[in-house]
Amino acid sequence: MSLEKLNALAERAKTDFKDGILDVAFAYGELTLTVERERIIEIMTKLKDGEHYRFHQLIDLTGVDYPKRDLRFDVVYHLLSLTKNLRIRVKVMTDEVVPVASLREVYPNADWYEREAFDMYGILFANHPDLRRLLTDYGFEGHPLRKDFPMTGHVEVRYDEAQKRVVYEPVKLVQEFRKFDFMSPWEGASYVLPGDEKASS
Amino acid sequence: MGVDLSNTGLISTSGQPLSSGQPLAAGMAARSRVEGYNPDIHDKFFEQVSAELNEKGFLVAAADDVITWARTGSLMWMTFGLACCAVEMMQASMPRYDMERFGMAPRASPRQSDLMIVAGTLTNKMAPALRKVYDQMPDPRYVLSMGSCANGGGYYHYSYSVVRGCDRVVPVDVYVPGCPPSAEALLYGLLQLQKKIRRNGTIAR
Repeated sequence: MSLEKLNALAERAKTDFKDGILDVAFAYGELTLTVERERIIEIMTKLKDGEHYRFHQLIDLTGVDYPKRDLRFDVVYHLLSLTKNLRIRVKVMTDEVVPVASLREVYPNADWYEREAFDMYGILFANHPDLRRLLTDYGFEGHPLRKDFPMTGHVEVRYDEAQKRVVYEPVKLVQEFRKFDFMSPWEGASYVLPGDEKASS
Repeated sequence: MGVDLSNTGLISTSGQPLSSGQPLAAGMAARSRVEGYNPDIHDKFFEQVSAELNEKGFLVAAADDVITWARTGSLMWMTFGLACCAVEMMQASMPRYDMERFGMAPRASPRQSDLMIVAGTLTNKMAPALRKVYDQMPDPRYVLSMGSCANGGGYYHYSYSVVRGCDRVVPVDVYVPGCPPSAEALLYGLLQLQKKIRRNGTIAR
């Protein structure tokens, strides 16, 4: 199975990068390496070109927001080695102001992935040639996948008959967002049902 | 130089008169000589039309009615596929549901289309483009909003990036519910639009 191969790979990475590897985790048969942010270019170059790695494809690059952490963002890289038939995940930690080195020179497709991560999370990438917003509206403010970004955003659009153009206005919701409880009370609800507060047993 | 009237008539290629040597009656020279046509035997249909006109007067229809009827039969639709609804829209125009039998053909240019089918999620970023396309369409123009997202935001109603209904940007004639609406539902909506055009269509500007 690939788990032995991943184990061997993790051991090799530990000896190769030493304290560049902050954490090695196995979950669901997948290997996740958390690495030192300053050494990301070096480590990724080695993972791409190193004889025992050959992770030639960057499958995905994205971010994760953990608002309670000091370094609130993870940047997650998914790599695929076609010759070794292996996949690994590499993570680095950062926050709103500390940039991560751009991987554009190592994996050219990282260009737009990093733009997307910047757009959605506000993660900064150093030495990126064109770090603009990628997906959100022109002139959009905020980073929508951050946990502290309100789900409905700040503006909505409407066509203004007088100005003959589409205008932006602050969001006015006719009905607030409601969260529905789909748990059936007949199938053992994990909370006290309304009306049952005083019932014993 | 005198003209021999008795020998004229239609000139045949051989130079011989068509009538077999018989002198033509006055005025017959210009009559059609199509084989099988006899001006003495009247066409039943034209006689009937003539009789009805004599009895009942003229046939009159309001130009509005004729023109709106003609409009319902040539709804060229602007392909504004924004999301998964577009697949059902394509399906509706394919041979199984065959929108073309109602005279509806997809047009890629707003300048040539009468109807815009807003098929899918209209995002904030797309809204000015949608309005621009609508503005480029010539009058009379109709908009059919297809699917929950175009009707009122649908699944993305509380999203930060989605317009809560395309009627905030363009005036909508028919709303087709569904997520996505089946091709039949879209076709039904289009028939409703035809009915609407027949009822209150006008050529007034």
